[in-house]
Amino acid sequence: MTALPARFADWFASKGWSIHPHQQAMLDRADEPALLLIAPTGGGKTLSGFLPSLVELADGRHEGLHTLYVSPLKALAADIKRNLGTPVSEMGLPIRVEDRTGDTSYTQKRRQRADPPHILLTTPESLALLTSYEDAPRIFKGVQRIIVDEIHALAESKRGDQLMLALSRIQSMAPDLRRVGLSATVEDPEAIARSLARHPDPCPILRADPGPEPDISMLVTEEKPPWSGGGAAYSIPAVLDLVKQHQTTLIFHNTRAQAEIYFHNLWLANDDGLPIGIHHGSLDRSQREKVEAAMVAGDLRAIVCTGSLDLGIDWGDVDLVIQIGAPKNVKRLIQRIGRANHRYNAPSKAVLVPANRFEVVECVAALQAARENDLDGDPKGPGPRDVLCQHILLMACSGPFDATDLYHEIKTVGAYSDLSRAAFDDCLEFCATGGYALRAYDQWKRLKEVNGLWQLRDPRSAARIRMNMGTIFDYETLKVKWKRGSKMLGEIEEGFAATLTPGDTFLIGGQIVRYEGLNQLTVEVSRNKGREPRVATFNGTKFATSTQLSQRILRMFQQDSWPELPDHTAEWLHMQRDFSKLPEPGRILVETFPQDGRENMAVYGFAGINAHRTLGLILTQRMEAAGLHPLGFVVTDYALLIWGLDEVTDPAPLFDPQNMYDGLETWLQGNAVMKRTFRVAATIAGLIERNTRQGRKSGRQATFSSDILYDTLVKYDPDHLMLRITREEAMRGLVDFGRVEDMLERTAGQVDHMRLGRVTPLAAPLFLEPGRIPVWGEGRERLMQDRAAELMAEAGLSDL
Amino acid sequence: MNDYAFTFCGAAVAARPDGSLWWPVPRILCVSDLHLGKSERIARRGGTLLPPYETQDTLWRLDQAISETNPATVICLGDSFDDLGAAMALSEDTRSTIFRLQAGRRWIWIEGNHDPGPVDLGGSHLDELTIDQVTFRHIALPDGRGEISGHYHPKAAVPGTSPRKCFLKDDNRLIMPAFGAYTGGLSVNDAALADLMMPSALAILTGRRSIALPAAATTFRRQKRRH
Repeated sequence: MTALPARFADWFASKGWSIHPHQQAMLDRADEPALLLIAPTGGGKTLSGFLPSLVELADGRHEGLHTLYVSPLKALAADIKRNLGTPVSEMGLPIRVEDRTGDTSYTQKRRQRADPPHILLTTPESLALLTSYEDAPRIFKGVQRIIVDEIHALAESKRGDQLMLALSRIQSMAPDLRRVGLSATVEDPEAIARSLARHPDPCPILRADPGPEPDISMLVTEEKPPWSGGGAAYSIPAVLDLVKQHQTTLIFHNTRAQAEIYFHNLWLANDDGLPIGIHHGSLDRSQREKVEAAMVAGDLRAIVCTGSLDLGIDWGDVDLVIQIGAPKNVKRLIQRIGRANHRYNAPSKAVLVPANRFEVVECVAALQAARENDLDGDPKGPGPRDVLCQHILLMACSGPFDATDLYHEIKTVGAYSDLSRAAFDDCLEFCATGGYALRAYDQWKRLKEVNGLWQLRDPRSAARIRMNMGTIFDYETLKVKWKRGSKMLGEIEEGFAATLTPGDTFLIGGQIVRYEGLNQLTVEVSRNKGREPRVATFNGTKFATSTQLSQRILRMFQQDSWPELPDHTAEWLHMQRDFSKLPEPGRILVETFPQDGRENMAVYGFAGINAHRTLGLILTQRMEAAGLHPLGFVVTDYALLIWGLDEVTDPAPLFDPQNMYDGLETWLQGNAVMKRTFRVAATIAGLIERNTRQGRKSGRQATFSSDILYDTLVKYDPDHLMLRITREEAMRGLVDFGRVEDMLERTAGQVDHMRLGRVTPLAAPLFLEPGRIPVWGEGRERLMQDRAAELMAEAGLSDL
Repeated sequence: MNDYAFTFCGAAVAARPDGSLWWPVPRILCVSDLHLGKSERIARRGGTLLPPYETQDTLWRLDQAISETNPATVICLGDSFDDLGAAMALSEDTRSTIFRLQAGRRWIWIEGNHDPGPVDLGGSHLDELTIDQVTFRHIALPDGRGEISGHYHPKAAVPGTSPRKCFLKDDNRLIMPAFGAYTGGLSVNDAALADLMMPSALAILTGRRSIALPAAATTFRRQKRRH
């Protein structure tokens, strides 16, 4: 056991603390080349990461950078700087700690490159940028440790891949680098450990005591949850009561739009004037910081929030977490619950609030899964190649490189350990020329080979490449500000802004505002009291209900009765069983029935909202080919409803896997989802620039050229690297074809077809779902012709 | 059968769903506002970089229309090139495609505001052309009679659906949709068009098949002007 140096032991004693077992373990194993700590929030996780660094630096002999700390949030870096300040100053340690993020000033950044601190707190993006400078070898020489905080969050996105690529770079410059990962509870710690370590090094995993079991329940109110929607307005009085009974409450929502509406309704009902704030990613930074500061000061009783508070600063006094809407994913639920009670060894308390009737079932299933600690998650695919392209370009910014050396370096990154030389060369070729169809354009010819070394064709392009790096993709948003004054309120999606006409009202930051007009790229609004707002469509990600949770629900359906469900919901399931049948895990239930003058088909796929959207597009395409005139469809996490002019009498052949693949190929190309995915990949890989020296491109302009680029490549270079990446990504992401395949495999194409005279209990809520997707086919063409003929008749022109 | 056939100033013509006009008896095929070389021009003037394939796409559709109708005369009703520079900068492939389409038929380039002056491609270059009672010119004249023109890129929508390129016609005039690939449009309800046309004007939508409806009954008002 490594004894804590006297200075440290005294300091701990002066605080009345004793070292946690996992903090001691981190100290004991400080020499491991890679080490992953799994600890619940509030377990002194961050200090365990830094303790070995502080001890190693205590004698003041280390020159230059010693420890890099990387966190997903800028705010976290700033917070850690404050927190580290206490032990460093109280023990009088000769250690300089600085942060470096997108918010750091230019002069400060320059100084840091010339004279790096001992401990640098940064983000994956800022770190990757730092490796792209010519003087990177000097900066990183001698780095001993890197601490990756909240690694579970980074590992889920491309930011994690970007970070690990940057680490491979740094490791080559500082061979003694040891890696430490700090993670919340996850379903597959080994996968995270593999991604952290230099391949094929081992990465031992330390597990801290998980603390007491959380206290989770579902809110049951007098008033029944509505049949559809995600607002959960019915729960407002009960939630206000809960807020009153607790010190500080976090009220989590799945989307920003829902958070806004809920916050608005909460204020309307807040007769006691409880201080309640709102926090989400679309709000202006200064607004968010104000809320965060008020929270730290203990001035707020509740915060309505989204995933933006999943991570981050220790709030201290939160003693209740409320989740509005089904959690969709048990792992995230548990991590959110961990936000309550950061006091180690006190149980976290959480309440789930189903937003609609189906979510009652989902919440109960999630509660069971959480109690059994049955975490969900999908295995991650191999390292994304768009991020690799960006890495190659950044590498070229730092100086000429040898392709073979770089290839071997990249293969030390866990996610890229299986990368073939051909795939690497593909990416290099793309970076060098832009690919076959685009090689006529100079702007995409960026690298050249001179004497066996690759380098920038034009050294001045380094600035542009750096300006456009990053893997976080902002959908095109416009800033919102008061027409009078300069205060920023937040951002809305450009698509939504385009639908506004002066006088329209919408909600932002909990206020109803009136749209006045567009000035440059800023939406100008004025105050507007009292009018019913339209809803801003924020780009909060639509999470699909996880496979594990969906399966649990299907298993629940097989019970004879449901004593664990509230009566109104159990009753509903009984009605469905009597009138039609309940979906089964190994079969696909399809119901067809007439309603509202259309023929309807409900498919209970239980494959999540994204996979259902894909299924909807493929099925309607096949129905179109079969002359069934589909008109549109709507999807939820559990089902898909298609309506059209003709009845589907034999649905089974529609689900034939071979037909499904054929449909997919044709459909994929012209698809908006593909274009959106392409835009992200092409931006990351540097094909499309989001920032130019003239300033940021407006969203529509960027969309226009990216869509046209996409169409062009599809037509003239269908095998272009960016299209291959797009296809692969879409399959996993928005298209989620993987889950369509799982569903077909799971059910082996066994379709239970129920033909009914009217809508069924389980299908009825689907009719109330928003977000209907039209199908532009012969059916609509026929309706359009009919409508045109009517108009001709009304004008007395039918005989012409 | 997907065409919309009608008689215009004594001429029995058909509005084809692809946006071309077919006059069977003299075997004339008319297309307007091809805007060939648009991406090249925008790139040249420092705008967004569009890939240059829209020219091929437009010509490919023109090729289709020509092989379906086998016309004796093709009339390109102005703004065939995005500007004269674009006409000069056409690739060798594009030029040979145009020569191939011209082979064995009369080809007429009507001058447009984007492309005044002759171009060094085959065919005759004219201000306007009159056949029987019908005059082909690029921009409609205020007192035009029996006039077929282009220029405005009209668009219209069946209420509740999204807008499409369309023909616009009344007893005196026929305004053609733009045949080019990346062209914007002007609503048939826009004053610039509504003032030209009689209240009884018809819009004939392009698409899978031509759909006619009263222009006054169409929707789609907000659109930027670009022609």
